[in-house]
Amino acid sequence: MVLPSVAALAVFVYGFAGWTGYVSLTRWNDVLPDYTWAGLRAYADLFESFRFRIDLLNTARFTVVFLAGCVGIGFALAVLLDRGLKGESFFRTIFLAPLAISFIVTGVVWRWLLNPGSAQLGSVGINLLLDRAHLGVLKTGWYTDPRIGILAVAVAAIWQMSGYTMALYLAGLRSIPDELREAARVDGAGEWQMYRRVLIPILQPVTLSAVIILGHISLKIFDLVVAMTGSGPGFSSDVPAYFMFDTTFRGNHFAQGAAIAEILLVLVALLTVPYLVASTRTEVER
Amino acid sequence: MTAASRGQGGGARRAAARAILYALLLIASGGYLLPLYVLVATSMKSFAEVSLARMWALPSGLYFSSFAQAWLGNPAHGLRGLGPNFFNSVKLVVPATMLSAILGSMNGYVLAKWRFRGAGVLFPAILFGMFIPYQSILVPLVQTLQRIGLYGTLPGLIFVHVVYGIPITTLIFRNYYATVPTEIVEAGTMDGAGLWGIYRRIIVPLSPPAFVVAAIWQLTSIWNDFLFGVTVTSQPDVQPITVALNNLAGSFVVEWNVQMGGALLAALPTLVVYVVLGRYFMRGLMAGSLKG
Repeated sequence: MVLPSVAALAVFVYGFAGWTGYVSLTRWNDVLPDYTWAGLRAYADLFESFRFRIDLLNTARFTVVFLAGCVGIGFALAVLLDRGLKGESFFRTIFLAPLAISFIVTGVVWRWLLNPGSAQLGSVGINLLLDRAHLGVLKTGWYTDPRIGILAVAVAAIWQMSGYTMALYLAGLRSIPDELREAARVDGAGEWQMYRRVLIPILQPVTLSAVIILGHISLKIFDLVVAMTGSGPGFSSDVPAYFMFDTTFRGNHFAQGAAIAEILLVLVALLTVPYLVASTRTEVER
Repeated sequence: MTAASRGQGGGARRAAARAILYALLLIASGGYLLPLYVLVATSMKSFAEVSLARMWALPSGLYFSSFAQAWLGNPAHGLRGLGPNFFNSVKLVVPATMLSAILGSMNGYVLAKWRFRGAGVLFPAILFGMFIPYQSILVPLVQTLQRIGLYGTLPGLIFVHVVYGIPITTLIFRNYYATVPTEIVEAGTMDGAGLWGIYRRIIVPLSPPAFVVAAIWQLTSIWNDFLFGVTVTSQPDVQPITVALNNLAGSFVVEWNVQMGGALLAALPTLVVYVVLGRYFMRGLMAGSLKG
């Protein structure tokens, strides 16, 4: 009964990832396959390449900002919503709505919101709002500014995904028994201390799963970059997944694309496999 | 709850705290709704009032011309409309969602209710399939689809979504069946029913809630997918709406209100499903984080 699925995944996940690994060790860098052995040359070339180094740096910058934004905003919203207010589900619905739409839609909309404007147009989008609020000093070129680049994409990604961390933290806060809060209050803990000493430490496993799930999304981020910026000026919004797609399907550098894909796969595996094994093990024990 | 239990803090102070809380939540909601506002408002504007400088202004009335042009295109200017691609996505999502849910249900049942050697390794090995970067399987996937004649076709794309949907649907169903008492299955075994018989007669009738969760999750993720669509389908008349929208928005001749109309078309089905059936969507979301 499970056999067809297991066989399909064995081939389409593990077999294919293995085959990609093999391709990455060949000289296939043209339209037609060339399976001549080249060893680790594609990898060596990649780590030498200017573009791939920028990509890794961009991934790191994106990950830090994206994670900090989602965890910070998500936690703050969960704390606000955890008060049993009327209209809670209304607010929750709004914060989670961006999760239901495609990264492509998000990219198209945010490309206009973070449009730098021009001499003829004047300010548009967020810059225009900043002008109106007399905060013109905060205006930037967003994704057209090479110093910002990928971080503009992170802003859109935070808009889309921070509702997810809110949901995780809200479920976490709800699972903490009231007696625990009572006990802390009896011990004279104020609201602030309660969060610092009691609730945040208890929520650490939630933070860990948020970091792992969002972290693996940021390693794979692709659609949003395609729809919003592409590589950007000087590759300032380029990421490995985009480089892979570009070099493989537009440039026909199959070995190079395969090498990027395998590096991504290893990074994702390092991040998720321990978590996966740990969560399935505790479940089996239960 | 928490605020109320604090007791003698004074009604006035509590009311003030509550007002601040609401104010903060309203500000945050405004932030989250801004992009959606621009999306909807711009799609509704007439061509005359569309200017980037008036991006934040309300439309002066309801005009559907941007929508219409996004849907129909402008053949005179060689602009393809998104209408056919919208239906491609429908024809893709419905069968792919159903098939991956059925497979997930069978897998979830076996993994939750039958003990066999290697189950402890098999389950995480299946789940890893939902975390992998699909870039690492794209080249062999294209080669394979070309060989079996499915490359560039809708059935090919359906097949791909079914296969790579198995991990998450398996997880959703396994978690759900884990809450079904094992005695029910044991009673079935006593009655002489086998693996299949128990599944068909006992498990399937219990499964509608899990089917709803899995179906909504798959519907949303397949509708929103871009990477498989853009890799597997190269012809515009086969492409799903996300791929067509990206082409439309990437074209310099397309006015931005038409781009927004197209984006709204692509966003609407999943947004409606989310608003109507949000709590099932939430369960899928939680399952995906392996938190049950």
